[in-house]
Amino acid sequence: MRKLLLLLTVITVGLLFIARLFYLQVYKKETYSLFEDNAIRKVYDYPKRGYVYDRNGKLLVANQPSYDVMVIPREVEPLDTLEFCALLKITKEEFKKKYDRAYNYSPRLPSPFVPQLSKTDYAVLQEKMRKFEGFYIQKRSLRDYQTSIGANVLGDIGEVNRRIIEKKPYYKMGDLIGKQGVELSYEDVLKGVKGIKFIQKDRFNKDIGPYKEGKFDTLPQPGKDIKITIDSKLQEYGELLMTNKRGGIVAIDPANGEILALVTGPSYNPNLLVGRERNKNFSRLFLDTIARPTWDRGLQAQYPPGSPFKVINALIGLQEGVVDADDKVTCRMGYYYGSRRLTGCHHHKSPVDMNNGIAQSCNAYFVSTYRKIIDKYDDAGKGMNIWANHAKSFGLGNYLGYDLPVGQKGRIPDGDYYDRAYGDNRWGSTYIVSNAIGQGEVEATPIQLANMAAAIGNRGYYYTPHIIKEIEGDTIPSKYTTPKYTTIDKRHFEPVIEGMFDVYNKGTAATLRIPGIDICGKTGTAENFIKIDGEKTQLTDHSIFVAFAPKDNPTIAIAVFVENGYWGSRFAGRMASLMIEKYIKGEITRTDMEHWILTHSLENEYAKPYSGEPFKINGETTLQVIEKVQPPKDNDLNNSIKINANSTNQN
Amino acid sequence: MNRESHRGLKFDWITIVLFLLLVGFGWLNIMSASHEGEITSYFDMSQLYGKQLVFLGLTFVLIILILSIEAKFYERFASIIYIIAMLALVGLFIFGKDVNGARSWYGIGSMTIQPSEFAKFATALAVAKYMSDLQTDMNTLKDQLRAVAIIIVPAILILLQNDAGSTLVYSSFFFVFYREGLQQIYLAIALSTIILAVLGLKFGIIITGIIAAVMIFGIYFFRRKKKGLSIVQSVVILLVCVSFSAGVKLFYQHVLKPHQQNRISLWLRLEKDPAKLEQMKKEEAYNLIQSEQAISSGGWTGKGFLQGTRTTGKFVPEQETDYIFSTVGEEWGFIGSSVVVLLFMALIIRILYLAESQKSQFSRVYGYGVASIFFIHFTINTGMVMGLIPTVGIPLPFFSYGGSGLWGFTILLFIFVKLDSNKINEW
Repeated sequence: MRKLLLLLTVITVGLLFIARLFYLQVYKKETYSLFEDNAIRKVYDYPKRGYVYDRNGKLLVANQPSYDVMVIPREVEPLDTLEFCALLKITKEEFKKKYDRAYNYSPRLPSPFVPQLSKTDYAVLQEKMRKFEGFYIQKRSLRDYQTSIGANVLGDIGEVNRRIIEKKPYYKMGDLIGKQGVELSYEDVLKGVKGIKFIQKDRFNKDIGPYKEGKFDTLPQPGKDIKITIDSKLQEYGELLMTNKRGGIVAIDPANGEILALVTGPSYNPNLLVGRERNKNFSRLFLDTIARPTWDRGLQAQYPPGSPFKVINALIGLQEGVVDADDKVTCRMGYYYGSRRLTGCHHHKSPVDMNNGIAQSCNAYFVSTYRKIIDKYDDAGKGMNIWANHAKSFGLGNYLGYDLPVGQKGRIPDGDYYDRAYGDNRWGSTYIVSNAIGQGEVEATPIQLANMAAAIGNRGYYYTPHIIKEIEGDTIPSKYTTPKYTTIDKRHFEPVIEGMFDVYNKGTAATLRIPGIDICGKTGTAENFIKIDGEKTQLTDHSIFVAFAPKDNPTIAIAVFVENGYWGSRFAGRMASLMIEKYIKGEITRTDMEHWILTHSLENEYAKPYSGEPFKINGETTLQVIEKVQPPKDNDLNNSIKINANSTNQN
Repeated sequence: MNRESHRGLKFDWITIVLFLLLVGFGWLNIMSASHEGEITSYFDMSQLYGKQLVFLGLTFVLIILILSIEAKFYERFASIIYIIAMLALVGLFIFGKDVNGARSWYGIGSMTIQPSEFAKFATALAVAKYMSDLQTDMNTLKDQLRAVAIIIVPAILILLQNDAGSTLVYSSFFFVFYREGLQQIYLAIALSTIILAVLGLKFGIIITGIIAAVMIFGIYFFRRKKKGLSIVQSVVILLVCVSFSAGVKLFYQHVLKPHQQNRISLWLRLEKDPAKLEQMKKEEAYNLIQSEQAISSGGWTGKGFLQGTRTTGKFVPEQETDYIFSTVGEEWGFIGSSVVVLLFMALIIRILYLAESQKSQFSRVYGYGVASIFFIHFTINTGMVMGLIPTVGIPLPFFSYGGSGLWGFTILLFIFVKLDSNKINEW
């Protein structure tokens, strides 16, 4: 027994130690990763972010270097805060706040302390940086917009937040990521791949050389350049025309679905969202909830499409065989159901056939056609569903699938929709005649209307609209190169297109003709309402225009929407006409029309509902005349904060 | 049997191979833990591993010297060696040199020598000599006290030099005494002491008292018929137990230095306040946390020789000396560290086996002493590095950097190898 005491103790202790080793090294151990080893400092080398060019190769977005002061809170040694704060131009309270925030995120991981120093601040700081342990300077590249246009398309980049980091561990605190526009939708292409260097640290956090002679280090891979479909001249012109108006212009090349211009008004200079002022400017833009400059009206605004939608009803009527192009409808200043007038109309020749129905935008004609479509079957719900199916084949009523990050579905109601609203079979075609003329439950975004025009111009098919033209060393997704066919036969398009052509020849847009270009279009005037203090109030009608040109083999399809612009040819028609001329001819021959647009503002119209005073609409208003708007100068930030005036007015 | 022709073979080669394996592997780890920058030459004297290689070379000279001296010499001169060692310890108070607050070194030029490393084998020899004396009877209190005196003298001298770790080593002689006939009651007392101390600190006096009471009265009821503890005895023992654990608590609170208190507190998880605990960890457990992390990061197979990121980054302070085992853990993983544990177990068990087979009591007692000293070093050092035992500064034999230590352990071991080789002559 005495002999065994030490022996047994030795064996027990030995086994205990092996068990402890097993616990430490095998059981408790997480999978080893160089990235989590705090003996290895990870130094990132940020790649060049891809450039963005317009369709003609004009450089729109480039890069500029920027310097962030980063902090690793655990490594911070007592420092001369006064000097440090003075160098960074922050107060001591801010210092404390920033430090606490970084510590709260992680004492071990780097957080941005002061992002995006100016070059001069950087130069001064760089020399003194070694005095401040735990802080270092991280070089990044910021965007440098070579233009003042297209903020809604180009988008911007900003710091990743924690949610993104958790979802995509590629990003580290302080990294920049696309937040809007093509920066967001083509983030993966533009960003490239960060290079990384692993540096062996000692316990005093000093670098003592590359880890394993840099065996695991990687070089940064530069982001790919992209070419977008925007024609910057057309875009710039569109933005100029949209100045002092609210609305959207979307121009598409029907031959391939490329978005030539995507204008939203009001807009802002993309350079506002670069640098240290980014957050301040973004809040200012974002919090302007009345003008909403960050809201892309071309993509996100759902308006009742108004009269341009009539052509869809004409096409469906022909396809369903319920009307013939030559059938005539009598219009007695409106459509009468028995003795009840369901819809009013304006003064024009009567009776009208399809051609004149479109050219004169006769409400009675289209209500009649629409009712015939719905009432083709005994069950209105069935007729409604067939109608909705045709309308949806034009890309209406659902997301189009384009490559920009924002959008709306619009609305094409079907039988089920009204079954829900009225109860099964408790409604009929007369309940819903507003849809015939693009009011009522129908809603569409400007890009959907432009796409609709493209589909009509192509006589029955369209390409999914897209913003990407070329990716360096890559192809664009095939969904943008395969046509989508509508449910309307090709032969039914000709009478409708003739009608749209006659809109210019003898109809509602006769004043907007462009010499030498055959345009097919359709005006629209849409009633609209808002709630003021809980009371439904009608505002001046929206001015809408949808067109494509030339008539045969169109090269541009366009939708223009001007909020509260009154009748269709007043603002939208003029702007569409100018845009088409600008795109096809490259210059404007009708300078008087251009002058009219640039000297008339709708700002006072927009201010009315917020004035708190009773106001008049439509025909009882006078237009605000202003000094001619000048094209913005690049990099003149203030010139382009078109929201400034508004927000002060409204306060 | 022709003894002369087998002269070279009668050393215990298993022990020698184990020794070589440990020393060799130890040196590799010292190289890993101590190199700065590229390794250009193994004999780079500016680097610790280069110096250690020289110490290793000298060790072999030492081994040959030890093995060539006649075995009887060690027995005869045990007392003198002991006295010289004690004088060397005493001399430290006059000629010694302070390193890290401990006055444990003689400085000769740039060299330093730590006599406490040599006092161990000297004490082992003295104990063996005393125990093997025919007059000595470990059952008598007088002889027990004398034996204890032999170990208490170096223990106190070393403690006075502020080297608490090395002092603890002398407790290993308990195993020797017990083997040589110390009464069972001492084992019981030793175990109870440890248990009571831990319980008292961890759960407080009242709970400790209750546990002790249950145990004692258990014994009282179950063993009454055979031997019996009277009620009075039981109560007295209980009182002793309670007052002992109270004493430990007082000792912990008032006698121990704050850093020692913190170490024990961390070990027993006494501190409940998270803020204070954090502070304590920062102050006291830095080494321990780094060392545990380094070991833990090794995984099954380790990161490979010279590839440990924490070792290369010198995250673990004192890694080439007391914390050398964390290098093994990081670079050689679970497999490598387990092998080291098994090698130490094998060495100790081999020595024990040889000791038991000795004919002379002197050799047996000495062998036991050697095994016990290795055991206590290995247990405390490795346990500490793995976080099982509170932090105590004590080297790992053959692994930790340092000439004195290496030589001390080598002498300790090879005197026994020599004694063992001589057993056949002791008829």
